[in-house]
Amino acid sequence: MVAPTVGPVYGEKPSSVVDFSYVGIDAILEQMRRKAMKQGFELNIMVVGQSGLGKSTLMNTLFKSKVSRKYVQATAQEKIPKTIEIKSISHDIEEKGVRMKLTVIDTPGFGDQINNENCWQPIMRFINDQYEAYLQEEININRKKRIPDSRVHCCIYFIPPTGHCLRPLDVEFMRRLSKVVNIVPVIAKADTLTLEERDFFKQKIREDLRANGIDVYPQKEFDEDQEDRMINEKIREMIPFAVVGSDQEYQVNGRRLLGRKTKWGTIEVENIAHCEFAYLRDLLIRTHMQNIKDITSTIHYEMYRVRRLNENNTGAVHTNGLSDHSAHEM
Amino acid sequence: QDKNIRPLNLAGHVGFDSLPDQLVNKSICQGFCFNILCIGETGIGKSTLMDTLFNTNFENFESSHFEPQVKLRAQTYDLQESNVRLRLTVVNTVGFGDQMNKQESYQPVVDYIDRQFESYLQEELKIKRSLHNYHDSRVHACLYFISPSGHSLKSLDLVTMKKLDSKVNIIPVIAKADTISKSELHKFKIKIMSELVSNGVQIYQFPIDDETVAKVNTSMNGHLPFAVVGSTEEVMVGNKMVKARQYPWGIVQVENESHCDFMKLREMLICVNMEDLREQTHTRHYELYRRCKLEEMGFKDTDPECKPVSLQETYEAKRQEFLLELQRREDEMRQMFVQRVKEKEAELKDAERELQSRFEQLKRLHADEKATLEDKKKALEEDQVSFGKRRAAAQLLQGQSLTANGKKDKDRKK
Repeated sequence: MVAPTVGPVYGEKPSSVVDFSYVGIDAILEQMRRKAMKQGFELNIMVVGQSGLGKSTLMNTLFKSKVSRKYVQATAQEKIPKTIEIKSISHDIEEKGVRMKLTVIDTPGFGDQINNENCWQPIMRFINDQYEAYLQEEININRKKRIPDSRVHCCIYFIPPTGHCLRPLDVEFMRRLSKVVNIVPVIAKADTLTLEERDFFKQKIREDLRANGIDVYPQKEFDEDQEDRMINEKIREMIPFAVVGSDQEYQVNGRRLLGRKTKWGTIEVENIAHCEFAYLRDLLIRTHMQNIKDITSTIHYEMYRVRRLNENNTGAVHTNGLSDHSAHEM
Repeated sequence: QDKNIRPLNLAGHVGFDSLPDQLVNKSICQGFCFNILCIGETGIGKSTLMDTLFNTNFENFESSHFEPQVKLRAQTYDLQESNVRLRLTVVNTVGFGDQMNKQESYQPVVDYIDRQFESYLQEELKIKRSLHNYHDSRVHACLYFISPSGHSLKSLDLVTMKKLDSKVNIIPVIAKADTISKSELHKFKIKIMSELVSNGVQIYQFPIDDETVAKVNTSMNGHLPFAVVGSTEEVMVGNKMVKARQYPWGIVQVENESHCDFMKLREMLICVNMEDLREQTHTRHYELYRRCKLEEMGFKDTDPECKPVSLQETYEAKRQEFLLELQRREDEMRQMFVQRVKEKEAELKDAERELQSRFEQLKRLHADEKATLEDKKKALEEDQVSFGKRRAAAQLLQGQSLTANGKKDKDRKK
């Protein structure tokens, strides 16, 4: 077998020295990168939480632009809807040549009614509808070159900063949805908690999650190797992230930073001593974005597909894959 | 759902420009797969070229010229360069062009390519599938080795390439190009390309839609087919050892661009377009195969009234059909079984009856014999009784005569 010396990367061949043992196999990395840049990426994030927890602001902070639905749809007044609605808005963003189609899916009305039983159903249905659409396209005879991916890659769940423990609504929702989508729980408006309160709250939440068998992202069972496990263990020790969002800039120590200004001081959003927004952003965007998409397509989607293709053989099934059985389960 | 996509300007650095890197890192962990098919006559230099291309010795052995049929031999190797792991499969034809009758020569090749598509399709249609772990064996590139006659393509070449052009990316190469002079080579290349065009053979065109590589690809498209020379032997030229073929009249250097097009082939096949070859195989050739196969099996996207029919419904219908057929066969078998059982039962009953009658017969015989024996026994007993009587009578008589004699004696003695 060949053991070539480390050859020059394609495009950087020095003119005088030609390495005769260089084949050029590693040039495929560059080819892949080029193809990815040309195709662009797609990301679909869903935000779930009661109204007033700062979901839109957090999205704006994450993507440093006005991705919130409020700026897109001119509504006269923001009324809490009588039922849960699912509203998704797509954006085309570009950074250093990398193009991304970002879709933010908002769920106004979640947890706002007096009777919140089954409030997860519209959301489950929406997620399953996206899987269904992908499946239908995939099993077509004449199918598109690139199947448009509208599957929900990540669902950010906002926990109100009570400081005690998870509420029944939180537990129910996360328990059901962690089976079909990657859930990233965050503590919203974390500037109402002191550091000790925050640590206590996080520990309590982690205990509650463990006690109820809720597997949030990054899921333990999908760790691929030792390296992954090490990185993900560190993340799992910090979940849920306590975040503060803001799209306003203030002058702090001579620099303009995103933050919230109060009489007793300015909370810097991107300062890890103040809140954990930076960790969330790094997890979602800078390091684990591809992994989130991979888990959605190779695990959650495949599970849906198996269920759906098996269901057709046994019982009656609605068009969105929720059979009569699973409707009762939910 | 809002279908309009708004373009948005970012006010700061978000960080998703690391996405291509994340993607590349994942691919490095997974490793890559590349499958090359080499078609050419025996002895034309396929194995040597592969060895030269990948800088290694692929453990080949020479094939005989007396193969009765064209066969394909596939070998898989794991190569590594810096941090990239490549699983390379080289498929060679064995005995191509050696037979007297070459009409069916292309068929084993077509069958091989279809088999790889079929196994991918099977995996894709499975309910529990693992596509991301699947070892992709579909042929990504086909190097067709043209004999360096200097005139034109052989009819076998045209027929084979025509059969393969919709199934695989064909890259024609002129083998053993050191037997053709430069001017002849130029004319030969033009003749080959014009013959391919006039016969409607679609060979692989290096992609020109990406500006980064459009220029080099366009110029390379003009150099097709590549005239290659392969060699794994090294010869001293100047002060370096280079891969070359040494002749009494000079040395042909494999990696010298003015001697042959080997470097161009390596650059195009591996360094610039490997990913595109894989993508074309998946999105064009495989999709065509899949469409044809599914349509052949009776699936459609729209039914006769042009309403969209889901694959699911057709699949269900076919499944019902199949189950009914199974049911019918099962019933048939059951009936046959019942029939056989009845026959056997009748047979057994006959045998039983026969046995029964024999038993009766024997019983009667036995009874008869017993009766006879009884009679004989009675007769014997009667005989015994009469004998006993006679014996008693005789004894009595004898006793009387004795006493009479004794009396007589006594009387005499007196």
